[in-house]
Amino acid sequence: MLGKTAGGLFWMFRYLERSEYVARLVEAGLRLSLTRPHAAGDEWASVVDTAGVRAAYLEKNEAFDPAGVVDFLLREKDSASSVLSCITAARTNARMVRTALTREVWEATNECWMAVSAALQRKVGERELPDVLNVIRQQSAQVRGALHGTMLRNDIYDFARIGTFIERADNTARILDVKYYVLLPSAMPVGSTFDNVQWDNILRSVSAHRSFRHVHSGETNAAAIADFLILDRRMPRSLAFCYGKINDNLSYLQNDYGERHACHAIAEDTFSELRSLNTTSIFERGLHEYIAEFITRNNALGLRIEADYRFIE
Amino acid sequence: MTALPEFFNEMSNADGAPREPYRGYARWFDREDIKRLKKKAAEAEAFFRRTGITFNVYGQQEATERLIPFDIVPRIISASEWAKLERGIEQRVRAINAFLHDIYHRQEILRAGRIPVELIANNDAFLPEMIGVTPPGGVYTHIVGIDLVRTGPDSFFVLEDNARTPSGVSYMLENRETMLHMFPELFARNRVRDVSKYPRDLANSLAAAAPDKCTERPVICVLTPGIFNSAYFEHSFLADQMGVELVEGHDLRVIDGRIAMRTTRGYKPVDVMYRRVDDDFLDPLVFNPKSMLGVPGIMDVYRSGGITIANAPGTGIADDKAIYSYMPDIVEFYTGEKPLLPNVETWRCSEPDALSYVLEHLDELVVKEVHGSGGYGMLVGPAASRREIADFRKKLQAKPGNYIAQPTLALSTAPILTSKGLAPRHLDLRPFVLVSSEKITITPGGLTRVALKKGSLVVNSSQGGGTKDTWVLGD
Repeated sequence: MLGKTAGGLFWMFRYLERSEYVARLVEAGLRLSLTRPHAAGDEWASVVDTAGVRAAYLEKNEAFDPAGVVDFLLREKDSASSVLSCITAARTNARMVRTALTREVWEATNECWMAVSAALQRKVGERELPDVLNVIRQQSAQVRGALHGTMLRNDIYDFARIGTFIERADNTARILDVKYYVLLPSAMPVGSTFDNVQWDNILRSVSAHRSFRHVHSGETNAAAIADFLILDRRMPRSLAFCYGKINDNLSYLQNDYGERHACHAIAEDTFSELRSLNTTSIFERGLHEYIAEFITRNNALGLRIEADYRFIE
Repeated sequence: MTALPEFFNEMSNADGAPREPYRGYARWFDREDIKRLKKKAAEAEAFFRRTGITFNVYGQQEATERLIPFDIVPRIISASEWAKLERGIEQRVRAINAFLHDIYHRQEILRAGRIPVELIANNDAFLPEMIGVTPPGGVYTHIVGIDLVRTGPDSFFVLEDNARTPSGVSYMLENRETMLHMFPELFARNRVRDVSKYPRDLANSLAAAAPDKCTERPVICVLTPGIFNSAYFEHSFLADQMGVELVEGHDLRVIDGRIAMRTTRGYKPVDVMYRRVDDDFLDPLVFNPKSMLGVPGIMDVYRSGGITIANAPGTGIADDKAIYSYMPDIVEFYTGEKPLLPNVETWRCSEPDALSYVLEHLDELVVKEVHGSGGYGMLVGPAASRREIADFRKKLQAKPGNYIAQPTLALSTAPILTSKGLAPRHLDLRPFVLVSSEKITITPGGLTRVALKKGSLVVNSSQGGGTKDTWVLGD
C-alpha cells in the first residue's frame, strides 16, 4: 500500500471520530443547559475547552453564549475541529484513498458529507438542533457500519482502526483533562447536585451515561467514573480499550509486514502501564498530571506511526 | 444568422418512423410512461451524486464538484455502422503511431515534403527529448480517443484525435452501469455489446507495454495530478477497476535507475505508468521546472528503458489542431491507403489565402485555437453576435497562426428526454482505442456527448454539455 494511502485512511477515520466527538459535546452541553439553565454559561465555556478550540473561538466571539458555541462547533469553516470541517476533511481523505475503500464505504462517506453539509448549510436553530445532531450521528454510524461489514481485514483496515482509536483516546483524555477537578475525590462532598450533573455530563460526552449505570448498578462516585473512562476495557471509549485496539492493529501490521517499528514499543508501553494502574495509583500520581502526560504520549505515538509507515516523505 | 440545413436525426427518418438501430428502443419507449422515465432520470442524477461521479470546475474561487448531466435516452449505432467506424479508426490509429515513430526518428514524411518542416520544428508539442527514443513494442499512443461527428446516414468525420491523455472513458462505463441498473429490460431485448471489459483490456494493454527488462508480472500505476484535477474521479476509477495504485508525483522518486513508489513497506519499483499528467509537468528537470506534479528524473529513467510511460511523452505532436489538417496525408503516407474516415475541411489561418477566406466568412465558420481544448476560446460563427465576431476578428488578425477554421457542420441530432418529452439535440462520439504491439482494441461503444441547449453545437461538458449511454448493437 502507498504510504500516502495509509496516511489518508488514518486521517479519514480520525476526522470521522472527531466529528462524532464534537457532536456529542454539543449534545451534552445542550442537555446541561436545558436541565440546569443557570449553570449553563460556564458549561459552554468548558465545552469549547474540551473541543480544544478556546483561542480560535475567542477570535470570532466575545462570550460563550449557547448559539455562538453551537454554531462554532458545528459549522465554523476556519476551525479544523468543527463538525463540518471534520466531515469535509474525512471525505477529502476518502476521495484520496478511494481505491483502498469498498464502494460501500466510499458511498457512505460521500452521503455522510452530503447530508451533513446540507444539514449545516445554515445556522442551526434551537428547534432543529436535535434533528441535526441525529443526522450527524446516523451518518457517521453508516460509515462505520460499511467499514465493518465490507472491508477486508488487512492493512487498509488496520490503518483505519488505528486512526480511529488514536483520535478516540485523545478525545476521552481531553474530557478528563478539562473536567478532572470534578473527579477529584476531595473536591466536593459526594452526592452533591453539582457533582451529579457534572458527572452525568462527562458520561454523556462519551455516550456512556446508561452503560455506566449498568456496570456500576446505581453507585456513582468520582473514582468509579475515572476507572470507567480510563481503565475499564469493556467501555469502548476508555483509554485502556483504545490502547488494546491500537496494539491489536499494530501487531497485525507487524505480523503482516514482518517488520517491527518504534511505534510498536511506544504503544505496548502505554498499554501495559494502563493495565498495571488502578484509580488509587492514578489519584496518588495526580489525575491531571497523568492525563496531560497521556495526551502527549498519544500524540507522539501518532507521529511515530506516521513516520514508521511513511505516510509522508 | 445563416439558415442552417436540415439535421440528420439518428433516431427517426423524415417520416417519423424509427431508423433501423432504434426500432427496438422506440417500441419500448412508446409504451413507457413519461412520468416514470422522468423519475428514473432524477434517480440517475442522485446515483451519480452519491457515487461521486463528478468533475471539478476550474476558475471558481472554491473548487466545486459538478455532475455531468446524464440523458437516459441511449445513442444507438448499428452493427454495420460500427464495423465501418472500426476499420476507419484502426487505420487512423496505426497511422498516428507510425507518424510518431517517424517524426522522432528519420522524419521521412518531412523529407518527402508531405508536411512542412516548420509545423514540427516550431511546435511546442514536439519534444526534442524524444528524438531517437523507441518505446517498448514501438507503441506511442496506448490509449486514444477519436472524436467523430456525423452529418448523414453514411457521413462520419473525424473532428479531433486525442492522442495525449483522452478522458471520458469512466463515463462510458458508469453510464452503462446506470442504464443496466435502471432499465434491465432494455438490455434483455436489445443486443447491446458489452463495454465492461475495458478496464481489463486497459490493464492487459499496459502490461504488454512493460519495458523489455521487466521479466515478472509488471507493476502498473496511474499517475494523477491529484484530487483537485477535473478528471480525478476518472483517475481513481480506472486505478480501482484495474486494481493498481493511484499515485501522485510526490509518491514517486528515482531509485537505482527505476521509478519507485513510497509504500508502507518502503519503496517499490514501478514498470508501467499510465499517466494523466501532461508532458509539460512530467519531469521538472526536463520540462516545466516549477511542476510539482511529476517526478524529477523520470525522463532519464524512461529513456534508459527503466519504465514505460503511457502515453509516451511527445504524442501531442500527432493531435495538434494544426497537424490535424494534414491527417489525410499522414494516413496515406504511412498506410498507403486512402483514409476511410474523412477529416472535416479545415482552413489553416497561417496561410494567407486561407486567412482571407476565413476573415470573409467568419459568420459561417467555426474557428478554433490550434492548441485549445475543452471548447474554450472558440468562435461558432452562426451562433455569435456581431460584437463577438468583431472581437474575434481582431484576435485572429493579430495571431493568424494560432487558429484554424472549419465549416459549421450540420451535426446529427438524437433525442434527449426533456420536461416536454423527447427533443433533438446535437451530439458527437468519442470511441476509445487501446493499442499494444500485438493488437488494437476498440471498445464497442464510447462517450456520446450531447449539447443540452436547443440548437447548440458545443457538446463539451465544461460548456454545459451532457452525456448518453452509447449502444453498439450486435449482429
